[in-house]
Amino acid sequence: MSQAATTPPAAPAKPAPPQAKPEPVRAADVASKIRARFPEAKVDWMKERRLKVTVPPEKIKDVSSFAKVELGFDHISTVSGVDWIAKNELEVVYFVGSTAPGWVDFVLAIAERIPRDNPVAQTLVGVWTGADYNERETHEMLGINFQGHPSPAHLLLPEDWNDLPPLRKDYVSPGR
Amino acid sequence: MAVSLGPQHPGAGHFRIKLWLDGDFLVRSEPDAGYVHRGEEKMGEYRNYIQNVPHLERPVILDSSNILLAYSLGVDELMGVTAPPRAQYLRVIMSEANRIISHMYFLGIMGIFVGHSTMIEWAMGDRDFWIDFAERIGGARVTFAYVIPGGVRNDIPEFAIEKGLKTCDWFEKRMDEYEKIFLKNPVFVQRSHAVGVLSSKDAIDLGSTGTVLRASGVKHDLRRDEPYCAYPELEFDVPVLNDGDSWARSYIALLEMRESVKIIRQCLKKLPPGSVRLKLGPQPRVPPGEVYSRTEAARGEMSYHIVSDGSPRPYRLKIGTPSFKNLRALPHLLRNVHVADIPVIYWSLNYWPVEADR
Repeated sequence: MSQAATTPPAAPAKPAPPQAKPEPVRAADVASKIRARFPEAKVDWMKERRLKVTVPPEKIKDVSSFAKVELGFDHISTVSGVDWIAKNELEVVYFVGSTAPGWVDFVLAIAERIPRDNPVAQTLVGVWTGADYNERETHEMLGINFQGHPSPAHLLLPEDWNDLPPLRKDYVSPGR
Repeated sequence: MAVSLGPQHPGAGHFRIKLWLDGDFLVRSEPDAGYVHRGEEKMGEYRNYIQNVPHLERPVILDSSNILLAYSLGVDELMGVTAPPRAQYLRVIMSEANRIISHMYFLGIMGIFVGHSTMIEWAMGDRDFWIDFAERIGGARVTFAYVIPGGVRNDIPEFAIEKGLKTCDWFEKRMDEYEKIFLKNPVFVQRSHAVGVLSSKDAIDLGSTGTVLRASGVKHDLRRDEPYCAYPELEFDVPVLNDGDSWARSYIALLEMRESVKIIRQCLKKLPPGSVRLKLGPQPRVPPGEVYSRTEAARGEMSYHIVSDGSPRPYRLKIGTPSFKNLRALPHLLRNVHVADIPVIYWSLNYWPVEADR
């Protein structure tokens, strides 16, 4: 005890020099990076922190892998589909996000438009496993065939459903 | 041997899991959803934006305010309006009350699944006090249709504030007892600890959300990360556990209820004065556009993709429910386990068939 009192107090440990942090990616960078890599992509902001990228169907796998691996969008939120009957097109929209701190509020919507009479799209299960059931639902509800999907069976509809896909605009609910 | 669990099994809900067994060992499984699919999204296209309010809460009757909040925030955004400050607080109060109601149900049923009958009795009894609280505000006990585009349906009566604060105090004491008798009970810990472990990498890859994601060590909570309504003005923590097992997914529900009580108390104390809704009329005009709105519901991220073509009805209304998002984790967890672990793993995902099927 007494010895401790006579020895000079230890100098406070020097704070470690701040490590060079990588420059945080800004929201605007996401848009410009996608534009630079995929000039054919149509990039527009739905609002702040909500970016929608519409790409040709044959490019969607490349854009998605790029978004996941290089931009860090590791978490799939939802897959939505819209039947644009007047334009004879079906739209598939993948809503993906990131779990990195500070990025959770950023949603990237990756969309593709495919012809209504030949609704074939590429599956993205290989990029985000979570796309699995979402694509099965989109397949049965809008009649989009995801090529390469591991199990494209009906999920919510009965196995023997043989009518039009119910979320197509030309399907009318019984009794309407 | 292939066996069907459900859809009439009392534990499975309106839901079937196909099991492939080898003795009492589960080799693999495949969930079969859709028994309670009602076509809510198609129905939404036939109704206008206000008519959609009462029927959109039907898939999630335990958590009806959170699903309507995501919808209302989306419609508000499409119309370019913001609810008045008092409504923002009331939306938070109802959402948090619903979170407690939903988590209490979850913990109670978890009690049944592991043969702990005290927990179900306590949970159902105490849950009723929160249903009473919600009834004083919303007028109904289960589906309140309280949160609407442009605000909330009605103001909170004065006596509900007083009683609500009392419920908060009392409930905080009760939660310590749940912890002692159930969540830290050695029998329950043994039945659920290290059972159905979901790593954080897998949880992210499978698109899990909410309590499942946070119990696997991922700090992901939209109330904090994408704050909406009155959440930016409130103080609360986001509990995260790193175990990723069935016990963590159960315990995190209790930790979240503690935060919910804190939030409700703050809201009741600093409720700002003013109106509670904007006058939108029975058939509001919604300009053409597209939004993606979401909230942190009791089970996780509740999201809406609303496409408007300028007509009185939505052109497309995609509901992304947390149970559906968490369903992909089920076949991942239900393999290479013992049959006795199936109920605990299944229920720890807090899966609600009606919510997933819509």
